[in-house]
Amino acid sequence: MSTPATTIFSPALAARFDKLVTLYPVRRSALVPMLLYSQDEVGYISDAVVEEIAVRIGITPLDVRNVLSYYSMLRTKPVGKYNVQVCTNISCMLKDGYGILDHCKQRLGIGHKEVTPDGLFSLEEVECIGACCWAPAVQINYDFYDDLTPEKMDKVLEDYRAGRGKETL
Amino acid sequence: MADVTFTVDGKKLTAPAGTLLIDACRKAGIEIPAFCYYPGLSLQAACRMCVVRLEKVPKLQTACTTPVAEGMVVTTESDEIKQSRKAILELLLGNHPLDCPVCDAGGECELQDMTFKYGAAESKYVEIKQHREEQQWSPVVFFDRPRCILCYRCVRVCGEGMDVWALGVQNRGVSSVISPNGEDHLDCEECGMCIDICPVGALTSGTYRYKTRPWEMNHVATVCTHCGDGCKTTLGVRSVDDGSEIIRGDNRDKSGMNGDFLCIKGRYAFDFTTREDRITKPLVRQPNGQLAEVSWEQALEHAGMKLREIRDTRGGSAIGVIGSTRTTNEEAYLLQKFARTVLNTNNIDHHRTADYASFAAALQGKAGRTASLRDFLTAPAILLLGNDATEQHPALAWNIRSNVRQNRARLYVANHADIKLHRQAKSFLQIPQDGYAALVQYLAGNEAGFDGTEISAAFREALRKEESLVIAFGSEFRGRDIQSLVDFGLGLPNVKFAALGDYANSRGAADMGLMPDLLPGYVPLAAAKHFGEEYPSLPSAPGLDMLQMFDAAEAGNLGALYVVGSNPVERYGIDPTALKNTFLIVQDMFMTETAAVADVIFPAANLYEKSGTVTNTYGDLQLAKKAADKAGVRTDFELIVRLADKMGADPKKLVPFGRGVRADMGQTRGAQSGEADRHAVWLAANNLEPKLSPFDPFAVFDEIQRLVPSYNVSRFELLGGQDKQTRSDLVQIELDPARRDLVLPANDTLFTSGTLGRYSRMLHSVMESRTTKPAETAAD
Ligand code: SF4
Ligand code: SF4
Ligand code: SF4
Ligand code: FES
Ligand code: FES
Repeated sequence: MSTPATTIFSPALAARFDKLVTLYPVRRSALVPMLLYSQDEVGYISDAVVEEIAVRIGITPLDVRNVLSYYSMLRTKPVGKYNVQVCTNISCMLKDGYGILDHCKQRLGIGHKEVTPDGLFSLEEVECIGACCWAPAVQINYDFYDDLTPEKMDKVLEDYRAGRGKETL
Repeated sequence: MADVTFTVDGKKLTAPAGTLLIDACRKAGIEIPAFCYYPGLSLQAACRMCVVRLEKVPKLQTACTTPVAEGMVVTTESDEIKQSRKAILELLLGNHPLDCPVCDAGGECELQDMTFKYGAAESKYVEIKQHREEQQWSPVVFFDRPRCILCYRCVRVCGEGMDVWALGVQNRGVSSVISPNGEDHLDCEECGMCIDICPVGALTSGTYRYKTRPWEMNHVATVCTHCGDGCKTTLGVRSVDDGSEIIRGDNRDKSGMNGDFLCIKGRYAFDFTTREDRITKPLVRQPNGQLAEVSWEQALEHAGMKLREIRDTRGGSAIGVIGSTRTTNEEAYLLQKFARTVLNTNNIDHHRTADYASFAAALQGKAGRTASLRDFLTAPAILLLGNDATEQHPALAWNIRSNVRQNRARLYVANHADIKLHRQAKSFLQIPQDGYAALVQYLAGNEAGFDGTEISAAFREALRKEESLVIAFGSEFRGRDIQSLVDFGLGLPNVKFAALGDYANSRGAADMGLMPDLLPGYVPLAAAKHFGEEYPSLPSAPGLDMLQMFDAAEAGNLGALYVVGSNPVERYGIDPTALKNTFLIVQDMFMTETAAVADVIFPAANLYEKSGTVTNTYGDLQLAKKAADKAGVRTDFELIVRLADKMGADPKKLVPFGRGVRADMGQTRGAQSGEADRHAVWLAANNLEPKLSPFDPFAVFDEIQRLVPSYNVSRFELLGGQDKQTRSDLVQIELDPARRDLVLPANDTLFTSGTLGRYSRMLHSVMESRTTKPAETAAD
């Protein structure tokens, strides 16, 4: 239960974590936000992230992994620079979400949870992302694209490939 | 809390408010099924097997989380409830491998029992079962994932109970899985609690796995042979070609002071009994210097003749005797009686790991001041001075942790090291290694010699406010320091003490007089009182202690040395050549460093292969029962008697057997064998067991109870398997202030156990596979 002497996080994030663990009646309540912020900064939850978070909260690395493995939005492997998350839940499925998924697979040449060789894109099939009224929907990093057709999807991917995509994490 | 009245299945029950419904029902004999509920652990409410109907509540409720309330009306069995339980079983079995015919738990599996009771004849699931290979997590722990029903008992007992937190749950829903802290292996204390508590066969042990079917074993309740805590254990034994072997140890019935706890040693380290290099034939050194196997008759004859010759020519003072810390009280008593009355010597000692003599001296005449191991489970406050109980007294550490967790007991720890129990401590004080005496002075208000700080002042302050306290102290305390500690403690309102020594019967060895200056019950030789009459030829001068005996041997003054279940050559770093002019008789299981230089070796039985009583370090007396058997070995008891016989002594004088009791010799046997057993218990309780053989330890126990007042406990309860506290206050001694305590702590860890540990492959493989690193801090 301490602030480690050396940290793998940026000074800003480290400072944020120092504060975060003091905000709740028990320190471990900070675990899920810490995992999310770490993922945003590091790209995924590495072993080093697990270790440091455990030390910061004062729980075991096993405790961290128990929570980490529960949430499918937390990942333990690096993804591409742009993580394409295609929804195939009910509404999107009815509006051919699977078609979009297949299209992405074909265009990017990768399958579910895979990364393109250049590391630019990764693909993921996800559950409802809360954009049902504009199904089918896709989320790339933190940005939404909806009412998609294969053609629109091509355009989105092309923009990203050409460096015109939105640069949110 | 006040009692409330409620109705279960039409029966009116009362229980204190706040009691869980499941407990209240069980107490009244109404069994409510449960997988995840486990008394003493936190509530999980994961399995829904315990559902019951509460009047005026719309849905079925879990009895394991519902506290009883005034006027509550409960139904525990109905068609609706049956249907619900049956549905849960169907879900559980949906992905269960159903490999009961080979599963370790088959026959004693809670999932089997429930399926048998509620039936699950049909499964609507057609999905393919998720198969996973069995994993080995450590030499001790194996995990068969598909059998797991996710009750989380293992996770909780490891975390809350053991404070190790080595098990967790990963993933979610149907893919949830129990996982070890090392990702693919365990870094833990290897206690096996998780295996023991698993209701199914998902966690299995390296020693027992796929070895037997549960119903092929016989079960014998006895006492662990390792550390000084004296855990009660039930050994599962099975016949083999050369006797009967132990394949399992547990305390599932929670009888005894340790509840269901056993550490790795009690649970798994019995494999030394079946080692192939165990000595099973008497050995005698031949003129060519080699040891050769001979018949029992020859070996006993030879040893007896030599002992007699040396006694008669050089006198008893030329003979030394070293006893054991793992033999029964009866054997220890008999050994010193043999030494003193047949060998005519007081040269007798054992490996001392605590200064019990000074402890007895400090407490004499003070009734009710010794703490039983049980007291640590209930005392409102505990002071632990020195000792690392997690390593050296695992059951004590378990009881302390349970008490802190369940009763919010206040634990005070003072130690020179940052021991693991610090995590349960309300107050922790780190002191210099040689600072224990000064600490006691400081606690008593004498500041000189102690660097007081704010922390130590608060520690002392809080301690002095305690109205009821038990104090356990390690071998850091000896002689006068024990006296000062007791003096300090007696100044507080209500204090009990425990001296922590290391081996299964270290306390018994001291109590039974395996010492050169003290007779059984710490009666000093100088004032031998009734022993004068009992032991007619008792030499009056104190004998040589352990170290003096080896000095005498070196100087050529020790003609013979008789070593029973001890390895002093290794333990005290004795140069074996010091013994070249000494006729050495050794009773042991293995070719230890001491046995290797012996002239005669008798293969001996261990504590699991004999009956008698043992006393744990807290003075709790317990019955040890013979569980295993090994062809070729004999008990130390029998060997001592036979040796005496060969020396021409009258065994009847040594062991008071067959003395005029007219026993019922079988009239009550026959159709009513239960009647006969009850009769035997009655006979035993009234000191009327037949005792027709010179090898009956209870004949000697009679004598112990007659001559050692502190051991005069209820036999009825003792033989019924209960632990009985001996009464230190009945001891009366004046110790010579110049007396040497000669305490040499064993410094065993969780994975070592003196000589026995060296011969346990299980303990070795654990030590080789990894070193334990407990979690940094307790999770909140
Ligand atoms: S310490 Fe190891 S053996 Fe004991 S309960 Fe925990 S995981 Fe199981
Ligand atoms: S391994 Fe056993 S004790 Fe642990 S959750 Fe599974 S069934 Fe329960
Ligand atoms: S704590 Fe001691 S007595 Fe209990 S099982 Fe372990 S070694 Fe045996
Ligand atoms: S179903 Fe796709 S966004 Fe809700
Ligand atoms: S025992 Fe009540 S839910 Fe498991």
